[in-house]
Amino acid sequence: MSDEETTEGVEEIDDPNDEEIPSTVSHGQNVLHPTRENLLEVIENLRNEGFAVCIDVTAVDYLENPKRDLPITVKPERFEVVINLLSHTKRERIRLRVQVPEDEPTLPTLFDMYPGSEALEREVHDLFGIHFEGHPDMTRILMPEDWEGYPLRKDYAVGEIPVQFKEAPGS
Amino acid sequence: MSQETERSRPEDEEVETAERVYRRGEDSAILRLSESQVQSYNPEDDRRMVINMGPQHPSTHGVLRLSLEMEGETVLRSKPIIGYLHTGMEKTGEQLSFLQGPTNVTRMDYSSPLFSELAFSLATEKLLDIEIPERATWIRMLMCELNRMSSHLLFQATNGMDIGAVGAMIYGWREREEVLRLFEKITGLRMNHNYIRPGGVAADLPDGWRDDTLQILDNLPDRLDDFDSLFTGQPIWHERLQGVGVINATECLALGITGPLLRSTGYAWDLRKDIPYLRYEEVDFDVLVGSYGDCFDRFAIRLNEIRESMRIVRQILEKMPEGDYRIQDKKVTPPPRSRIDESMEALIHHFKIFTEGFKVPAGEVYVAVESPRGELGCYMVSDGGPKPYRMHIRGPSFTNLQVLPHMLQDCLVADAVAVISTVDPIMGEVDR
Amino acid sequence: MPKLPILGDTSSISENGLAGFDHNFLTGKIEDLVKWSRTRSMWPATFGLACCALEMMATGAAHYDLSRWGMEVFRASPRQADLMIVAGRVSQKMAPVLRQVYDQMMEPKWVISMGVCASSGGMFNNYALVQGVDQIVPVDVYAPGCPPGPETLMHAILQLHEKVENGEITRRRQEMGAGAGIMVEQRDGQTASKVIIGKRE
Repeated sequence: MSDEETTEGVEEIDDPNDEEIPSTVSHGQNVLHPTRENLLEVIENLRNEGFAVCIDVTAVDYLENPKRDLPITVKPERFEVVINLLSHTKRERIRLRVQVPEDEPTLPTLFDMYPGSEALEREVHDLFGIHFEGHPDMTRILMPEDWEGYPLRKDYAVGEIPVQFKEAPGS
Repeated sequence: MSQETERSRPEDEEVETAERVYRRGEDSAILRLSESQVQSYNPEDDRRMVINMGPQHPSTHGVLRLSLEMEGETVLRSKPIIGYLHTGMEKTGEQLSFLQGPTNVTRMDYSSPLFSELAFSLATEKLLDIEIPERATWIRMLMCELNRMSSHLLFQATNGMDIGAVGAMIYGWREREEVLRLFEKITGLRMNHNYIRPGGVAADLPDGWRDDTLQILDNLPDRLDDFDSLFTGQPIWHERLQGVGVINATECLALGITGPLLRSTGYAWDLRKDIPYLRYEEVDFDVLVGSYGDCFDRFAIRLNEIRESMRIVRQILEKMPEGDYRIQDKKVTPPPRSRIDESMEALIHHFKIFTEGFKVPAGEVYVAVESPRGELGCYMVSDGGPKPYRMHIRGPSFTNLQVLPHMLQDCLVADAVAVISTVDPIMGEVDR
Repeated sequence: MPKLPILGDTSSISENGLAGFDHNFLTGKIEDLVKWSRTRSMWPATFGLACCALEMMATGAAHYDLSRWGMEVFRASPRQADLMIVAGRVSQKMAPVLRQVYDQMMEPKWVISMGVCASSGGMFNNYALVQGVDQIVPVDVYAPGCPPGPETLMHAILQLHEKVENGEITRRRQEMGAGAGIMVEQRDGQTASKVIIGKRE
């Protein structure tokens, strides 16, 4: 699965002056692995290539399972933010996986390029505690505002309540 | 208004501006205040006030809450506040095996549950690298198109009711019941079917399914014409919907809007046509687009998409192949009931599949399908175990809701109801 | 015999007994009359939350026709409603809202918990959901199913009617110590903080 081969579509994107963005192909889908520093630049280039729609922003917490399918040059971190872009003209998707370290869970916002990422980033912030710098409204979106903790992190318990048989109140 | 148009891309047309959706500050259409800030927010201008709409409000489609900053009756800025139906399904999805997964995701978009099941199953199958039988694929298509019809009929019902045409609700539900009756016959449930599963579908189509489907297809056209005579040509309906909540294609793309909302702006994008999945390339249908991007276009597109779906269903009836309804891969599929009585191994195998589940190779994948509301995607990460390591559903309603403040800006509060209604958000999918 | 204005001509009563009345009438206890009228005009509040809301609407629509029991008038304002059908899963964020809507309803009021999510949390035993709406409001009838079909909801409603017809008319549930007002610690798994739902000071 972790073929290091660079697909044609990916090669076009890379600016010859830049160092090459590590890329993989997962089940026939192109995946790029930019760093936090060059993320905006990579996305800017992709956007000029025709990837006009930001379909999805989500994250994965690799706390329990640090092993994953990554190019050798990419250092795995605890969090991974996954950005899905879609090009209507090419009818093509591309996925960006950005490593975000645990001790400094921040990432630049995509709002200025894709305003549609506003709610998606808020969701990632709410459920994973990843901060998007420059986001116009970095507040909780799904959970109550005074909620503590980030539910989709792996060290956050599911919060199951054991079912107890008890007398019906007031019966 | 809604007929097949040629593929049009933004560069072919005059450039529409999407400047307003990029605004960050006070001039933005979004009232970027948190829930507690809204309560204490006191605008300097006396004529302005912030009113709260929802989460328990008859015309907000479930538990959507809106903060509207008003000047008189005109909406200036607004913000949808969501999360009132947050169910933690993505967390629960990590506790359930791949076989149990569809049970979970089907409860997200409860008006078109089969699409979430489909996205989940396609993602799992892609990770497993298996190819499901032809018949299973066509059954999936049949069910999904029927589901699209029932979902759009539900839209007609609730949209009419929101705008004040209670008759629409009666008619919409009557037609929807017909489809639900067929669903109950095929899947055993009216909603939340858990029918499409990794490896195929849960059961083969029952006897008489063809006649029942044909009956729906024969009855529905006349009744849809009733909708046309009741609403489409009606002056009051035009007054309420035309020119309300206008958005253009460039703004839609910037905001990541998909589905009928995007198509209403004249931008023909339908995953069934453009990035086909299942066997959609083998059926003939049109992608319907609007021309003004207003509430009326969205209403008309949904009404006519029912007709297109009926066209697809007729073709599926002709092309439905014989064969297996699920893959005969012992890794994924439990043994048939008759084998369990004869063979100990089959019993153990059956038990194992349902208690432990099957293991899925490690990897990550994103699969998208065109739900009645837009692109419904499933991002799945497996670590090689029987449960997804991470399961994320990209709900179209969630992204589509972002368009609300822009549509609501400078429109009357009475029109807000029409706008919310034609965006057609399903809160279960928004909050997940 | 004097002429009673209500009964009309009563002269034939002495001859024919009660059969001599011009008008039909019923006798009964005032309590039964109150209970009877309560069951025949019970207006539900619209409290649709999730999947069950669709089935609740289907029950009210043409095919299943809830108006056969005089219940098709779904009231948007809780102050005009007698019955709250909690249709769907109740999240931690929604719980205070639900309680407030319940408090705004006038006595006498009843609650049907529709579906397993409202009744017990259902398949979603996690941080986000209140595990059973009976922790927030007193529930009279639980309708099982995920979602309960219209028939199940109608059965639940008929059960409630029976309960109202056979119950006390002046019962106040707060005094009975029923459901409402119970303090619930919702464990969210990680933090020590707890969300307290229930009786407010």
